[in-house]
Amino acid sequence: MSASRWALLIGALILAALLAVAIGTINVPLSAVWDALQGKTDTMPAMVVRSLRLPRVALAILVGAGLGMSGAALQGTMRNPLAEPYLLGVSGGAAVGAVIATTLKLSIAILPIAAFVGALAAVVAAFFVARAAGSRGDPRVLLMAGVVVGAFANAAIMVMLANAESNTVRNALWWMMGSVADATWMQVSLLLAYIVVGGAALVLLGRQIDILGLGEDAAAALGLDVDRAIRNVFVLSSLIAAATVAAAGLVGFVGLVVPHLVRSVGVRKHRPLIVGSALAGATLVVLADLLGRVLRPPAELPLGAVTALIGVPFFLAKLRRLS
Amino acid sequence: MIRFNEVAVRYPRADVDALAGVSLEAPRGVITAVVGPNGSGKSTLVRALIGRVAIVRGSVFVDDTSVATIDRAQLARRIAVVTQREELAFPVAVSEYVALGRFPHLGIWRAANANDRHAIDESMASAGVGALHDRRIDMLSGGEWQRVRLARALAQGGDALVLDEPTAFLDVGHEMAVFELLHRLARAGQAVLLVSHQLNLVARFADQIVLFHRGSVAAAGSPDAVMRAEILERVYEWPLVVTRDPAVGSPTLVPLRSRH
Repeated sequence: MSASRWALLIGALILAALLAVAIGTINVPLSAVWDALQGKTDTMPAMVVRSLRLPRVALAILVGAGLGMSGAALQGTMRNPLAEPYLLGVSGGAAVGAVIATTLKLSIAILPIAAFVGALAAVVAAFFVARAAGSRGDPRVLLMAGVVVGAFANAAIMVMLANAESNTVRNALWWMMGSVADATWMQVSLLLAYIVVGGAALVLLGRQIDILGLGEDAAAALGLDVDRAIRNVFVLSSLIAAATVAAAGLVGFVGLVVPHLVRSVGVRKHRPLIVGSALAGATLVVLADLLGRVLRPPAELPLGAVTALIGVPFFLAKLRRLS
Repeated sequence: MIRFNEVAVRYPRADVDALAGVSLEAPRGVITAVVGPNGSGKSTLVRALIGRVAIVRGSVFVDDTSVATIDRAQLARRIAVVTQREELAFPVAVSEYVALGRFPHLGIWRAANANDRHAIDESMASAGVGALHDRRIDMLSGGEWQRVRLARALAQGGDALVLDEPTAFLDVGHEMAVFELLHRLARAGQAVLLVSHQLNLVARFADQIVLFHRGSVAAAGSPDAVMRAEILERVYEWPLVVTRDPAVGSPTLVPLRSRH
C-alpha cells in the first residue's frame, strides 16, 4: 500500500480523535485539549478532557481497531464478505461469558477471559448449526447460524438478568447496546494489551489468510496446514473481539464495514489489510461515539445503535451483490 | 518424478474405495495424462497427493522420498499443484496472485527477496502472462486465468507440475495454448502430471496415458496403446470408434450417435 494511503488512514484517525475530544456537552477549545495532553489539568475543560474524554476516545480507538482487525481476518479466512464477530455470534457468546463473570462478581481482569471462553463456545456452536444446515460453501449459511447463536446468547443473558435489580438490568442493557461512555484508564490498558498482542499475531498470520483465500485444496497444495491455520485465525479473532466486548459491550457491523472500505482503496493482501482495518475501525468507532453524543443532546445514543444504523444498509448492499 | 505405489483411498462413510490400489509414474521431461470417466478417481488422486484425503494403503513418492515423511511446505517446494476449482472471494492483482506461489519458501517470517522476485518474473514470462502484471484476476478471460494459475504453480520453483483439468471451459485456441505451454515445460525438464477429459488432445500431447476406471487403472502406456476402441468403449460405456487423425496422425476418438 502506498504511503499516501497510510497517511490518509492515520490522518483521518487523528482528526476524528481530536474532534471527539473537543466536542461534547461542553465544547473544549483545542488549546485546552493541548493543555490536558501535556498534563495541565487545572482548568475545568482540561479536567473534562483528561478524566472523561481521553479515556473514552482511547477506548473507542481500541474497540474499533479490534473489531476491524477481527472482521478483516474472519472475512479473509472464511472467504465470506459478510463475516464479522457480531454477525457470527462471536460477540454474543462473549457477552454471555462477560455477564456470567459479572454476576459472579469476578475481577475486571478476568472479564476478557470469561468473554473469550463464551466467544469460542459461540464459534463452535455456529459451526455445528451451519453443518446441520448442510451447505458449507454458501457464505450465508454460516451467517445464519451465527445470527441464531447470537439470538440464543441474547436470550441466555435475559434469563440470567431476570432476578437482578433494576439498576443492574439497566446497566446490562446499556452495555449490550455497546458503550464507551464510562471508560476508565484501567479498561483502556487492559484492552490495549489484548489488541497489541492479538493484533500482532493476526498480522503475522496475514500471509496464511492470503493463501486460505485460494480455497482449502489450493491452500493445502501450497503447503499450508489448512485446519490449523483456520483454527488459529478463529481463536485470535475471537480473543480480540471478546476483549472489546468485555470493555465496551456489543458493537456490531464495524468488523463488516471496515475491511470493505480498506479494500476499496486497493489494499488486498491481508497484512496491510488487517493493519488498515485497525486504523479505519478506530476512526469509525470514534466518529460513531461522537455522533451518538451530538445527535440528540443531552441524551446519548448507544454506540452499538449508531454503528448498526451505519452498518445495516451497508450489509444489505453487500448481501444483494452476493446473491 | 512422482510415483504412486498401490495407493488406496476411501472417503469417510463410503462402501467402496475411491482409489483401489493405483500405481503410476510421472517421470521428468514428459507429459503423463490421467483420463477416465467422471467419478473414476482422477481428482481423488490429486487430493491424495496434497494430503486432503487420507491414504489408507500404499504410498506416494517424490523422486525416492515418501510424501508421508516430508512436511507440507517442503512438498510444495518440489511439486506444484493446480487444483480443479479455485475462486477468490477477494480478488488480487495478477502479480500478487503469482507471488502467493512463493509461500512455501517464505512461510510467515521471511520477507521476499530478489530471488523470490526473480522466480515470480520468470514464471510469469514462461506462462506468457508478463503483460498482465497489474490486472485484477477477476478481470481476466478464462484462458488468461488458467495461464496465471500456471504461472503461480511455476513460481513455486519445483520440478513437478500436477494439473487437474487445466483446460476446462476453454475454447480451442486457449486450450491449445495451455497444452503447448505444458509441452514446453515438460521438454524443459518438468514432470507434468495432467488430469484431463480431452482425450483427443491428450493423445496428441501426452507421452503416456493412464486410463482410470472405478478407482483402478484400466490401461496405461503410450497413446497408441491406450486409445483403443475396445478399451475405451468398456470404460466410458458408450459406442465409439478410434481412427487416426488425417491431419496429425494421432489416434482420435469419435463417439457414435445413440441408435435409438
